[in-house]
Amino acid sequence: MTKKKTKTKTKSKTKKTFKFEYDAAPESFKVEIEEKYYNFIGGEFVKPKSGKYFDTVNPATGKVLSKIALSNEQDVDAAVKAAKKAFEGEWSNLSGLERGKYLFRIARIIQERSRELAVLETLDGGKPIKESRDVDLPLVAQHFFYNAGWADKLEYVMPGKEVAPIGVCGQIIPWNFPLLMLAWKIAPALAAGNTVVLKPAEQTSLTALRFADICYEAGLPAGVVNIVTGAGETGAALVEHKDVNKIAFTGSTDIGKLIAKNAGKTKKKLTMELGGKSANIVFADAAIDQAVEGIVSGIFFNQGHVCCAGSRLLVEESIKDVVIKKLKKRMKQIRVGDPLDKNTDLGAINSKDQLKKIKDLVKQGQKEGGEFWQVESELPPRGNFFAPCFFVDQSASSTISREEVFGPVLSISTFRTPDEAITKANDTNYGLAAGIWSEKVSKVHEVASKLKAGVIWANTYNKFDAASPFGGFKESGYGREGGRHGLLPYLEVK
Amino acid sequence: MFDVSVRKPGVGKISIPHYPIDMVAANERAASFTTRSIKASSKLDALYCAIEMVDLTTLEGMDTPGKVRQLCGKAINPVPPAIQDKMRSFEKFRPIPKVAAVCVYPNMVPYAAEALDGSGIQLASVATAFPAGQLPIDIKVSDVKRAVKFGATEIDMVIDRGAFLEGKFQKVFDEIIKVKEACGDAHLKVILETGELKTYDNVRLASWLAMEAGADFIKTSTGKVSPAATMPVTYVMLQAIQDYYEMTGKMIGMKPAGGIKTSKQAIHYLCMVNETLGQDWLNPEMFRFGASSLLNDLLKQIFKQVTGRYYYDDIFSMD
Amino acid sequence: MDVLKTIKMFAGGAFIRSESGATVPYIVEGEELARVCVASKKDFRNAVTSAKTAQSVWAAKSSYNRSQILYRMAEMTQGRETELMNLMMASELVEEANVGEEVQKAVDTFVYYAGWCDKYQQVMGGLNPVAGPYHNFTAPEAVGVVSLVTSEKFNLSQIVDNICSIICGGNSVVAVLSPESSIFVSILGEIFHTSDLPSGVVNLLSGKIEDLATVMAEHMEVNSISFQNENETIYFDMRSRSIDNMKRIIGLNQNSRSLELITAFVEQKTVWHPIGV
Repeated sequence: MTKKKTKTKTKSKTKKTFKFEYDAAPESFKVEIEEKYYNFIGGEFVKPKSGKYFDTVNPATGKVLSKIALSNEQDVDAAVKAAKKAFEGEWSNLSGLERGKYLFRIARIIQERSRELAVLETLDGGKPIKESRDVDLPLVAQHFFYNAGWADKLEYVMPGKEVAPIGVCGQIIPWNFPLLMLAWKIAPALAAGNTVVLKPAEQTSLTALRFADICYEAGLPAGVVNIVTGAGETGAALVEHKDVNKIAFTGSTDIGKLIAKNAGKTKKKLTMELGGKSANIVFADAAIDQAVEGIVSGIFFNQGHVCCAGSRLLVEESIKDVVIKKLKKRMKQIRVGDPLDKNTDLGAINSKDQLKKIKDLVKQGQKEGGEFWQVESELPPRGNFFAPCFFVDQSASSTISREEVFGPVLSISTFRTPDEAITKANDTNYGLAAGIWSEKVSKVHEVASKLKAGVIWANTYNKFDAASPFGGFKESGYGREGGRHGLLPYLEVK
Repeated sequence: MFDVSVRKPGVGKISIPHYPIDMVAANERAASFTTRSIKASSKLDALYCAIEMVDLTTLEGMDTPGKVRQLCGKAINPVPPAIQDKMRSFEKFRPIPKVAAVCVYPNMVPYAAEALDGSGIQLASVATAFPAGQLPIDIKVSDVKRAVKFGATEIDMVIDRGAFLEGKFQKVFDEIIKVKEACGDAHLKVILETGELKTYDNVRLASWLAMEAGADFIKTSTGKVSPAATMPVTYVMLQAIQDYYEMTGKMIGMKPAGGIKTSKQAIHYLCMVNETLGQDWLNPEMFRFGASSLLNDLLKQIFKQVTGRYYYDDIFSMD
Repeated sequence: MDVLKTIKMFAGGAFIRSESGATVPYIVEGEELARVCVASKKDFRNAVTSAKTAQSVWAAKSSYNRSQILYRMAEMTQGRETELMNLMMASELVEEANVGEEVQKAVDTFVYYAGWCDKYQQVMGGLNPVAGPYHNFTAPEAVGVVSLVTSEKFNLSQIVDNICSIICGGNSVVAVLSPESSIFVSILGEIFHTSDLPSGVVNLLSGKIEDLATVMAEHMEVNSISFQNENETIYFDMRSRSIDNMKRIIGLNQNSRSLELITAFVEQKTVWHPIGV
């Protein structure tokens, strides 16, 4: 577009105008946090046999929020025993309908306590309250509500076959969507008639422990849900426990492979929801302004701590300049800061370690060439913050183009033809998600069919729903979560 | 959609860029501004700012000179001076500004002109066979000329939606050009009546036609068709204004009209302007609210912010 | 003097010997019935290359077309009824009284899966009722190249079942038939070869799984493994070794003639699109 500056009103004219700066709008709900948290085993909160605890920190301030049990093998063993006992006893004696009623009840309690849970999630994890309130919590409740209804309809999961629960499920979840990942794991497992031992990420245990409280409030039979907290070793103990019949893991591909390697030696069933380097493809015939929104929500949603983040933007060469111009303008509107502020769009990076990793990768990226651009945001003096940024025209083999950064860092490159876009999009060992932006429907279907990814967002991005299966191709893992397909990994087909 | 081109006097054939809008994503973006939480002094500032942007409107069959005079009085002094005096003791209070304009039917222009004389408030009139626009162009032009002659400083015209939906874009375009000529020094706001254009693609195209034809402002609605202004439709128009500015360097104003009744809504619109076009559009020269009952709610909220107490409607005049 | 033939393997649409030249005698009652090939690691890798190329061709065919080709396999099997029965008797793998029935079972298995090719997508996919203005559907698509390890025990219809459950969903297969079954590699190859199946979709090697397990598990172009052998030690070792490309491994106690098996070798792809004007 050429710019022919003319007379009339132009920005040079000085006139009285309104500098609209938003005052702080902190979420006022005060959530109670105890000094110390124990494991939830067999329906009770029990002190860790290890006798050890670790700090959980508010990433926005660096302040210690509470102390969390650091569980060892014995703690894990106690939890697995409780789960096994519940599976062999009370839980398996319930009809599907009755089991479902517990899940419905849990869904309701989550809805009623959603404000408390949202605030806690934001405090512990650093995500903007806007997202924990409007995205995470509604989805958490929906997952329980949705799966509840499957509990008495399992014969429709694999038509023509008889199905049965697997037994004790060991579930290990990440820190990016603590409660949502818990819901993705626990809701279908329970609906299918299993019992679970869940280990939350060590950075974000608080909402899982609050969920334990909800299980108690719902009257869920003891041992059906057990929460053991801790770090890698706790997770390893869970993976290696002989009475665990299934491992469901969401997290990095590296850890996922390690778990698969160990659990592979046993009969344990596995589902793996791992990393991604998802392409977001913008064609010249896209609705550009909406595509720019999709690029932004694709990579900057939840600080980019999203396994399916649209971290590789592929834009058709003919519209590269206009897209980048609009993107820059849009990115300047992203408000980085206090996660508890209702106007914050980009909250705190989840941990110091993660911040360091992002900074290191960006530094590496800068060394490797290409254009780098970052919003000049005023970042809070304390806490872990990182302003949104992107790289343009780095080689396809560059670090930023291939590595999962798991932060607000976008890689932009161009393509000329649909085939080239598809080839570039598939040029990754991952295969979790992809975005397509075009107003031409037949092109959307063609490209969608050729992308090697489990979730394709056409003219939208980062949308989630309890009824929609989620999961990846290739090294992004196997198994699906959500929808009817999400029940299958928790069932034995006879 | 196909490429649209029109002939522009003195320029020749110009093309209107094909620019598709995805409805769901546009709605989602527009809705995101409604989650903005504006507190404390930024809220008070926004409320004051909004008052200055109001085109205080009466467009009724039962309008009379008396009614219009009362409205003009309200425009000049939104709050009775006695009440305003009482407020001065509060630290946060600043004098209530006057509104941007009064908007009336052409027949009411002489009375409004008289009542607003010397106030600095603009006088807008809905000429061009408002609200349907279903009259010949020469009558529309004379409607405009007459309104301007009697003192209108702004003309809010309606486009011919029938012609637009029939694909006669040249007719729509030519009419705007002719009306613009007839306006002389008066500012032209072009009402698209988005509630009848139905799709955002149409809204985008109509916005561009209007801007190319010489609109100073583009405006959503007459207020006579439901839905009137909505956040998404305004968002689509703001984006069109942004792109037009990028292309030509010309700043076009925006006026959502109809359906904006509460301070909360108004503040969300201001957030949207702030985060799309930016600060340069946050003034009455570039942004207006076509509204009537909104003014009292803005006043009520200002009083609440200033005093910490809630006020009832009765203390404000109901014009 | 009888001319003993060597049973060739079938890969990339051609009947081949092992590139290593290795063969072993196939002994029945102390007599050498024929020589069979012993596939090398390189044979396996070459077959995977063929399978990879063929897979996209096969998956791009319409489901209806795939269905007809599987049905053609049933016809080709029926046409070779006598030959198959003779070989079963000669190899003494099946009691004489049962050979007819065994062939018929294999034919029926082809027919069974032929019917699935254009149906499993509806049964296992579907429209997802999301809470928003989006058209959202899940449809299965092929996982890619699947490697098959057959049972140590010969069972014709089971081999057919194992192969069909893989190719039904648009995958290609590199199968390693156990020594006991290896005498059937050529005749099975002829069935696939004459069924209008694109070259390389089905590749049949003969050999010992002990020799090939590692290369199979670690090969990055193999997307999935169907392990139908009885050797649990090898199975767990392969499972553990196959993590580099996160292979989907299906093994032990899988049913035959099963929608579940077809489902095991497909990826579920979910597509979202807004609904609006």
